[in-house]
Amino acid sequence: MPNRFPLTRRLMIAGAAALSLSTAIPAFAQEDPIKIGLVAALSGQSAKSGEAITRGITLALDKINAEGGVLGRELELVSRDDESNPGKGLIAARQLVQREGVAAMIGGLDTPVSLAIVPFANDAQVPFIGPWAAGTPITKNGAEENYVFRVSAVDEFVDEAITEYLVTEYGSEKPGMILINNPWGESNEAGLTKALEKRGMEHAGIEKFESNDVDVVPQLTRLRENGADGLFLVANVAPSAQVVKSLDRMGWDVPIASHWGPAGGRFTELAGPSGEKVHFIQTFLFTDPEHPLFVELQEKFPEIESLADVTPATGIANAYDATLLLAAAIEKAGSTEGPAIREAMYEIEGVEGVIKTYDKPFTPDDQDALGPQDYIFANFVEGEIVPLED
Amino acid sequence: MTLFVTALVTGIGLGAMYGLIALGFQITYSVCSRVNFARGSMVMLGAVLGFVLTERAGLPVIVAYPLALLGCAVMGMVVEFCLVRPFAVRGSEAWLMATVAGGILLDNTVLFTFGNEPRSLPSPLVETSWQILGTGVYPQQLLIPVVAIGLAVALQLLFRRTRQGRALLAVVQNPEAARLMGINTTVMISGSFALSAMLAGVAGLLIAPLFSVHSDMGTLFGIKAFAVAILGGMTSASGVMLAGFIYGLVEAFVTTYLGSSHTYILTFALLIAVLAVKPNGLFGQAALRKV
Repeated sequence: MPNRFPLTRRLMIAGAAALSLSTAIPAFAQEDPIKIGLVAALSGQSAKSGEAITRGITLALDKINAEGGVLGRELELVSRDDESNPGKGLIAARQLVQREGVAAMIGGLDTPVSLAIVPFANDAQVPFIGPWAAGTPITKNGAEENYVFRVSAVDEFVDEAITEYLVTEYGSEKPGMILINNPWGESNEAGLTKALEKRGMEHAGIEKFESNDVDVVPQLTRLRENGADGLFLVANVAPSAQVVKSLDRMGWDVPIASHWGPAGGRFTELAGPSGEKVHFIQTFLFTDPEHPLFVELQEKFPEIESLADVTPATGIANAYDATLLLAAAIEKAGSTEGPAIREAMYEIEGVEGVIKTYDKPFTPDDQDALGPQDYIFANFVEGEIVPLED
Repeated sequence: MTLFVTALVTGIGLGAMYGLIALGFQITYSVCSRVNFARGSMVMLGAVLGFVLTERAGLPVIVAYPLALLGCAVMGMVVEFCLVRPFAVRGSEAWLMATVAGGILLDNTVLFTFGNEPRSLPSPLVETSWQILGTGVYPQQLLIPVVAIGLAVALQLLFRRTRQGRALLAVVQNPEAARLMGINTTVMISGSFALSAMLAGVAGLLIAPLFSVHSDMGTLFGIKAFAVAILGGMTSASGVMLAGFIYGLVEAFVTTYLGSSHTYILTFALLIAVLAVKPNGLFGQAALRKV
């Protein structure tokens, strides 16, 4: 044993030398990485959304860093859990900006959390990009200098799109609304009412239900008695499934156009085979296991075995594209200062995302990169989300 | 007509669920004037154990469901031993908060172990619905009132006719005297919490096929069931069951005729109004206080 001791010391010196050498090799050596903050639900009921966003950002950062980073510096992700709680989200955002010195922030699934962060992002002049939360006022926040951008669906546009869908595909003249009783439901109540008014149409009623309601038959019966010939559905997976089960029990076969709630989990397991009748919007879908981004996902995260393991792909794709757009803006700005990045966001050109190629995706009047023309209608078939044929 | 039948079917279905869950409040309250506020979590535990044992462990229902109920009973005893007894022996009312906290703890433990994705517990009784008078009903929905009423009757018989039941009643009437008569009050109280949790488990297993299995599936049920137990007067099993039906029917009729935005405002306002007129609930008896 004693003869090993000098060897260890020599090893240590060699190791130290190797270490000092190796740090000189990468391109990013001289400067600190540029930090990008993430505030999303990483635990609790919505933890899966935070995981999808993290995966999307991670793949984009790997791609950017492999190509030499931004401004010759590496991009680094700093994540904070908001637990779907607006107060915690705001504290997390403050920490990211004031303690970590992030150049920009990316948000999560929950509209209330994002809404809590918006005024702070505008005050602190730190760009805040939403890859999921769809609440209309997040980007339309009325700030003089708006630092909030989004690469996701927007309630207002979704409501317009699902109204158009029911009218053109099913000739619906008097649709009814069945909405979850929370701010998300309210936001869509406003959007749907607006979309119907625009067409001079009336509705068969606006019914609300709680996320833990077992039986929604009374609400649905009211809508049916009022002559509803189509339904707008806005709720998360489990409550949406309760609506489908209640429809089944009543024996009411009616066209349903839904926000993207059902995409968040095992919808057809919960709702039964009739769950396939619910048509909902998505911004992106993997239809082919050979898709280059899906192959990369599997390489990076071996726990992903099939397309069903990345349901919904929307969060991954939105976060991936949002990160690419942010990196392009920082590069264009030539600086990590918030106001410079914000100005550069309006100048982005030719960024090849996974959803589409972005040419000037943002203007000061419209800080949303995706619009109704980018939405895809989909449904579940045998547990997988597939696009509906036109 | 359709609206009326719809409200009736939904009301009876929901009412039976509320009553069944509320029965457990009545059992422990009768025995020791304390309740397990983690009631909703016990409902959830029954459903989650049922799902895990059948769908994941692959056990047949006939083995899995009794095991799930046994699990609930054990949890009920744990709650009594850890969260109620330590406070009760010191005359503190902190068990109230402790059981609420216990429920939150259990919900979150399930969230991290069972997962955050709602799952479905299959049952052959929800595959097709029977159409009657313009509305539909699942056979499972009819099973719930049958089981609930059956259990309420069985509980009444247990208390009145069996030795153990009479011993429980003796504990209710005078714990000190009961102890002197050789009745083991500690075991009786512990047993009442086990029985109460088991009933919640039965409710969880019966409700799950109509609903979904997830960590906070019992929360709203727990709150409504407590309202029902108070409305029923806490002391009589049939009173609590009847209150369950009344509450479920009021809820369903308000939703059907006035719209869902009025449901909670009206049902809880009515509850407060009833308690203002009858402080001991509809079917409860005022506790006699001897000085």
